[in-house]
Amino acid sequence: MSTTYYSRSHEYVKVADGIATIGITTYAQSQLGDIVFVELPETRRGFKRGDEAAVVESVKAASEVYAPLTGETTEANESLIDNPALANEDPEGDGWFFKMSLDNEGELKDLMDAETYQTFVKETS
Amino acid sequence: MLNRQGRKTRPEAGSEDNNNMTGETHSGHKGLQMDEPLLFEIGSPAKTGVDLPDAPTVDDKLGGLARDEEIGLYGLSEPEAVRHFVRLSQKNYAIDSGFYPLGSCTMKHNPRLNEKMARLAGFGDIHPLQPLSSVPGALKLMEELSDWLLKLTGMASIALSPKAGAHGELCGMMAIKAALDAAGSPRDVVLVPESAHGTNPATAALLGFKVRSVPADKDGTVRVDAVRAAMKAEGGGDVAAIMLTNPNTCGLFEREIKEIADLIHGSGGYFYCDGANFNAIVGRVRPGDLGIDAMHLNLHKTFSTPHGGGGPGSGPVVLSDRLAAFAPVPFLRRDGDTLTLVEETDGTQSFGRLTAFHGQMGMYVRALTYILSHGIDGLNAASGDAVLNANYIRAKLKDVLNQPFGDQASMHEVLFDESSLSGTGVTTLDLAKALIDEGFHPMTIYFPLVVKGAMLIEPTESESIETIDQFIDVMRSLISEAHEGQEDKFHAAPIHTPRRRLDETGAARKPILRWNAEN
Repeated sequence: MSTTYYSRSHEYVKVADGIATIGITTYAQSQLGDIVFVELPETRRGFKRGDEAAVVESVKAASEVYAPLTGETTEANESLIDNPALANEDPEGDGWFFKMSLDNEGELKDLMDAETYQTFVKETS
Repeated sequence: MLNRQGRKTRPEAGSEDNNNMTGETHSGHKGLQMDEPLLFEIGSPAKTGVDLPDAPTVDDKLGGLARDEEIGLYGLSEPEAVRHFVRLSQKNYAIDSGFYPLGSCTMKHNPRLNEKMARLAGFGDIHPLQPLSSVPGALKLMEELSDWLLKLTGMASIALSPKAGAHGELCGMMAIKAALDAAGSPRDVVLVPESAHGTNPATAALLGFKVRSVPADKDGTVRVDAVRAAMKAEGGGDVAAIMLTNPNTCGLFEREIKEIADLIHGSGGYFYCDGANFNAIVGRVRPGDLGIDAMHLNLHKTFSTPHGGGGPGSGPVVLSDRLAAFAPVPFLRRDGDTLTLVEETDGTQSFGRLTAFHGQMGMYVRALTYILSHGIDGLNAASGDAVLNANYIRAKLKDVLNQPFGDQASMHEVLFDESSLSGTGVTTLDLAKALIDEGFHPMTIYFPLVVKGAMLIEPTESESIETIDQFIDVMRSLISEAHEGQEDKFHAAPIHTPRRRLDETGAARKPILRWNAEN
């Protein structure tokens, strides 16, 4: 059973078995429009919370994806490189960006749950 | 629908003549606008427009590497070649063909007098490698242009050679880096406001600086307090420079610019100003008085030299006293009656060389012609009219489009967002595409990035009130149609162009960058 958390910069974090899967939210991809290019981090690279970890480029704009947690990348979604449309079609499923270890589980409590995130999106849009 | 003379522009809806208004034709041509194929699609290796004698037979020394297949270059007859390129040129939208309200781009009229002067043999036919002693007039022109630009900006020194705005930014920031290096300073952070042109952080990063973003205030401008906070971040004392655009990309004058300059200087940093929007303040504000250390001037925007496919850019950089010594070579030096170009850095603190030669001579001639034909009073009137025209559009559209930073006077360009279209299904992009059908080049869209669905409109001083009124009428009509539920029309636009809406996503995901026979 995984639990999903959300950041203010519109990344989601799905935690299962001590590994966090990170991608951009359904709302984020709808704001970006058609995604045409994704740059992913190398595996086994350490990130502090808030570091730039990936880049996502759409027909409208290029944006950074930030590491929502401190940890080390364990895997990147290679299929996203060949088919960036996955991030539009199934952002919180097959369109995930990268996985990382959870070095500080305490950081999770600074993220939002699904309901709080929905309210946050409504307030900011 | 009536045109400006009050004549109908199309038959009544529902009348017999009005059937089949899809805009599609059997040939793909529309009116007398041809659907132009690629050369490869109309030419053939068998055709040619020239008749050359056979090449003499020689013993090749290629050791078996000589091509043994036909090269297969496509040929056309002369009339086919002429038509192909004339038709393409007719599809080229330009400031000479219509209103071009591209924000932050200053698409003003390019006076014909500029062209006449640039074609004088003494300017048009000279070569950069010709002896300096044979071009005293050209050097004198460069000196006079420099003199005007320094007076208009209130700065100490100028580097003429940069070839465009971003190149000018690089030049200015290299001078700042050279000054810091000369002082042994380890400062490595450049502050850039969120609304900056993308070239600002790119320039800083290219030179190895770290970029730190400064947020804008609710009114769209950068406040000295925000700069102070950014300077103190991460321990402080590491800020090399700030890069600010004034007026900024939201079309607003940065009112605290002097305080920001004092703050940066007080801490030992430098102030770079992006001069892309200088057209709003020429003859009215001298950047030197605001405490700016370096600023580029886009001759191709502010000083009416053609650009955007019509001609090369030219981005001279003006420098303050603190940076003058670090300007790149070549630069002009006057010795009594003799003007020379200093080409070597020996014995100077110059940071080096940016370009092979001295820059865009043709643009210098055009820019100086523009300056001299206007005079200071004319330049002053031009910037005033540019601001007036933008505010006229603002006043006439503000009840139907939202101003993201409230109802305040703008400078030479006016910024709207798409919030007033919310719920119509029509976006900024759709509105821009519909404008094309109406015969207007769209404004800048989705820039600056700090505003959602931005529309940045810069009419410049060149446009008549009749043209601007027509643009306003069209914008108001389109916005009404959006609110009336004509969403489909907007999603289909443009329909009267040689090509309909392009597949931008497909082009970005699977770019085809050159023709080949298999495609």
